[in-house]
Amino acid sequence: MKELIVISGKGGTGKTSLTACLATLAEQCVIADCDVDAANLHLLLSPRVHHRTPFVSGEMAVIDETRCNQCGHCQQLCRFEGISPTPPYTILPSGCEGCRVCAHFCPQQAISMVPRQCGEWYRSVSSAGPMIHARINVGAENSGKLVSLFRQQARQLAEEQQSPWLLVDGPPGLGCPVIASVTGADAVLIVTEPTLAGQHDMVRIIDLLEHFSMTGYICINRWDINPEMTRTIRQIAEQRGVSCVGLIPFDRQVVSAQLKARPVIDQPDSIAAMAIKDLWDNVHAILSTP
Amino acid sequence: MKLAIASGKGGTGKTTLTVALAQAAQAPVQLLDCDVEEPNSHLFFTKGDSKRDVVTVAVPHIDPQRCTHCGLCGDFCAYNALACLPTETILFEGLCHSCGGCMRLCPHQAISERQQRIGYIDQWRHGQIDLFSGVLDVGQAMSPPLIRAVKRHQQADKLILLDCPPGTSCPLTTTIHDADVVILVTEPTPFGLHDLQIAVETVRQLNRPVAVIINRSDLGDQSIHDYCRSKKIPILLQIPFEKRIAVAYSRGDGLLDALPGLQPQLALVLNQARKLYRENLT
Repeated sequence: MKELIVISGKGGTGKTSLTACLATLAEQCVIADCDVDAANLHLLLSPRVHHRTPFVSGEMAVIDETRCNQCGHCQQLCRFEGISPTPPYTILPSGCEGCRVCAHFCPQQAISMVPRQCGEWYRSVSSAGPMIHARINVGAENSGKLVSLFRQQARQLAEEQQSPWLLVDGPPGLGCPVIASVTGADAVLIVTEPTLAGQHDMVRIIDLLEHFSMTGYICINRWDINPEMTRTIRQIAEQRGVSCVGLIPFDRQVVSAQLKARPVIDQPDSIAAMAIKDLWDNVHAILSTP
Repeated sequence: MKLAIASGKGGTGKTTLTVALAQAAQAPVQLLDCDVEEPNSHLFFTKGDSKRDVVTVAVPHIDPQRCTHCGLCGDFCAYNALACLPTETILFEGLCHSCGGCMRLCPHQAISERQQRIGYIDQWRHGQIDLFSGVLDVGQAMSPPLIRAVKRHQQADKLILLDCPPGTSCPLTTTIHDADVVILVTEPTPFGLHDLQIAVETVRQLNRPVAVIINRSDLGDQSIHDYCRSKKIPILLQIPFEKRIAVAYSRGDGLLDALPGLQPQLALVLNQARKLYRENLT
């Protein structure tokens, strides 16, 4: 089984649309949506949920108002903006990181820790194969823990089904969830675009892959918006040992396919779909060679 | 006024709009790039002299002379960053959240703190715009401490624009939890709508006033309008897709370079945001 992670650094480069197409092209695959903050893959692959499991991660502080005498000690100790700056002191769930410091050092023992409900995750069957995805609660930590759990579940599923491919739609950025997405994968496909921001963010992702000694490939979406920039980005990547496996042209059909809740690969006359088929053939050939 | 420009979905034009609003303000403005994993605001300004400050977080330093390996710190740490073995106590720096609990707790005063680098903040001045760009070091997992460091540069007497990280989890809430108004930039597609709904829930849970800007407004359908109407969210601006905007952006030119005529509309957006802010105060 080969595990391919699709990431981009910069958001909105077409990662999810591309992943949905690759999942449809792969004859047999398991899919994991690890962009849990802005999970969109389900909008293209219409999964039917078979199992739902609550996801609990870490803890959150709770103040017992009957015991609290508003001394403010917790506020002074908290390093996460987790307690309101002025009395009456309350826990701010958006800041609390569950470190337990306030609970441990409260002179009145008025603070306790409770498990933090972070959302639900699902095992589903989608139009392109078995799929793992989630809905996380508003403001919950975008923990790498959920991403790690997903990849572990998805791998297990892929092995059970003897699926040759595991495709992962990764999160944007390069922090905690991205690190949890890429480590240990067979290959990383970086989706970029021919813009200065796309270039800047791609270079940081290549730095990250080098940091973890991982193999990466790039593809450039909407390459024809700025062909000169496409050439520059390709050169930069290739100098770093990251080869380009596909160029996808700007195509309004990508949006019209999305409005029909389908991956663009289903639109026979789409120029983006044709380019994505070539891209998949390249990825398939590279990763199938031992 | 602290105005945060955010979006659940990435790539909808947050940075482009933040930079354009800063340029349209025609007043002293602070632009804080809080998208520290992939900061891009600075790409839209000419390079000038910048001042760089390294940002550090405190991590425990264990004095082997004093440590008795009693295990209290390891039991306390919520992040499993300390492993207490019979003859050694080991710190896993990557897991530490810098809460300071172990240091306070240690009965042998064996733990002090040392500073560890997580990234830096670059500062530039471009006319009336002071730009602060937080950059997380590659390989560092946790962005909120760096976001908090960027936000410590806020000066209350200036217009503050926060270019937010994407998503709806801790990097975003760290950035916007004390913003006066949050503008969500979206696009009229199913992805845009889905992520907008989650972002609106997040902002409303934090009790911040929210408004919407629709980018590439003609590439999609009416669903964002219907949603905003049903939730009584004002739409402050709509920008149609134009290839010359996309091409200008690709070169690192701003929205106002491509469409200088947009300046009055952007100034109006700032005024409408101020109005939302005042309404929220009363």
